[in-house]
Amino acid sequence: MDTGISSIAQSIEARDGERMIVNMGPTHPVTHGTLRIVLELEGEIIEKATPEIGYLHRGVEKLGENLSYNQFVPLTDRLNYCSSLMNNVGYAHAVEKLLDVKIPKRAEQLRVLLSELARIADHIICLGINAVDIGAFTAFLYIFKERETVYDLFEMAAGQRLHTSFTRIGGLFRDIPDEFLPLLAQFQESMPRSIDEMERLLTRNPIWHDRTKGVGAMSPADAVNWGYTGPCLRATGLAQDLRVAQPYMGYQDYDFDIPVGTTGDVFDRYLVRLEEMRQSLRIIEQLVPRLEPGPVIVDDYKIALPPKEKVYTRMESLIHHFKLVMHGIEMPVGEVYSATESANGELGFYIVSDGGKSPYRIRVRPPCLPIFSSFHDKVKGRLLADAVAELGAMNIIAGELDR
Amino acid sequence: MVIEHLEEQLPGAITERHDFRGDATIVVEKARFLAVVDLLFAEGFQFLVDVTAVDFLDRTGAPRFDVVYHWLNLASQERLRLKVRVEDGEAVPSLALKFRTADWFEREVFDLFGIPFEGHPDLRRLLMWPDFVGHPLRKDFPLDGGDIFCTSDTGTSYAGHAKSLQG
Repeated sequence: MDTGISSIAQSIEARDGERMIVNMGPTHPVTHGTLRIVLELEGEIIEKATPEIGYLHRGVEKLGENLSYNQFVPLTDRLNYCSSLMNNVGYAHAVEKLLDVKIPKRAEQLRVLLSELARIADHIICLGINAVDIGAFTAFLYIFKERETVYDLFEMAAGQRLHTSFTRIGGLFRDIPDEFLPLLAQFQESMPRSIDEMERLLTRNPIWHDRTKGVGAMSPADAVNWGYTGPCLRATGLAQDLRVAQPYMGYQDYDFDIPVGTTGDVFDRYLVRLEEMRQSLRIIEQLVPRLEPGPVIVDDYKIALPPKEKVYTRMESLIHHFKLVMHGIEMPVGEVYSATESANGELGFYIVSDGGKSPYRIRVRPPCLPIFSSFHDKVKGRLLADAVAELGAMNIIAGELDR
Repeated sequence: MVIEHLEEQLPGAITERHDFRGDATIVVEKARFLAVVDLLFAEGFQFLVDVTAVDFLDRTGAPRFDVVYHWLNLASQERLRLKVRVEDGEAVPSLALKFRTADWFEREVFDLFGIPFEGHPDLRRLLMWPDFVGHPLRKDFPLDGGDIFCTSDTGTSYAGHAKSLQG
């Protein structure tokens, strides 16, 4: 079989000595996690790019077949670890579809609120790091202080900055604390300024234009054929956003726009992500005054754990607690596919249930796998430096890519 | 609805259909799979969202694996799940030349389930390393991955290598 190493050896033998093999990764700083790209160069022109993935493969899907539905939540954190909350939400949403339960309004609103914050955090990383990779360090520093605030907010809500595990089947792990909304108000006030600052540094910067315009351009038809979703698809000019196209969790109640690009190049993806952050802020702005009081998890002890004080004082609740922890939720037999619009695109969960404690099969459809599979086509015939710009703008997250 | 249309155009190709929580699912005959896909494409289901498989090891009366395709119609935002059933070792026609997104998804299914895809341009393992033995998402694959260094009869290159080191 054609292994990674031997394919290089073969290609060296077959070479006329003019081509150079450059190994990008597995631990190259611009590879954003552990992945490897074997580049064959003719001078500085890329002739062939062979991505090698799987360095971060943990077997999430196999593990999921042996864990209960709630135990799988921490594994979803580690998919796209830049916006783990959105993965929590996407997963819980899929299981709730399978169970056919409706979660309390407040839980739904908080999920939307935190998802949009996670989207902002993810786009900050993507844009900031993309700029750093290309050589623009300043923008990264200006925008990254905002990401700290988002993570402070996550810490307040979930007790964790990165691996939030905030959702439970049927709602949320807990309500947000009182200090949350004041800090959010501060963030809402300072974030637009930071976006403007970043725009001033990059949007009209001729070096940024030279490095990003025309790199990785693609037609919408090709993008669909490659399975593109999310900002990379929208940058090609197709306004496909699941929040609007197939509304879930009450997204239809908020007024926001879907930014689209025209060429799908790195510059367009930058603009789309920038505007998406503004639109996410718009959603948050509309959402906060509408935040309803009430519980954040369903009042059904066959699905969600009863409150601790009840467990300690009432026999019935203790039995529910025990049954739920030991035997899990009573699941219907069936299969569902549920997709949410995560920061990178369509994050899908396909769950097959045989009625047991753990899913019979759980499949994660990662948005960046199809996007990354087009890497060779995108960089062929371009400069080595363009590969770096392209990789950053694809927003490859290895945890999600390899699962 | 597209399923009725499919049944009209290709009578008998759909062997089973069901609807659960609003997810429409059809099971199609393997021999007519490509014809069904072409028809779906003409009907607007042009976005191949996902390709995966499910191993029903203990299922009787039907082949062992379900190869599952998820389609999206971008114009109407309808989704459709399509399944093809195959036995162990039986190949499924590849979609990689028509839908480029199928390239890596099919490699992944081949890697983790051992289902070959006929006509795939470059069918190699995607996530596991090339001399890995077995297919992890099969139900009979051990959860701990087995012990690749100590097994004596697997014939893996690792086990073989370890043995030769011992003399």
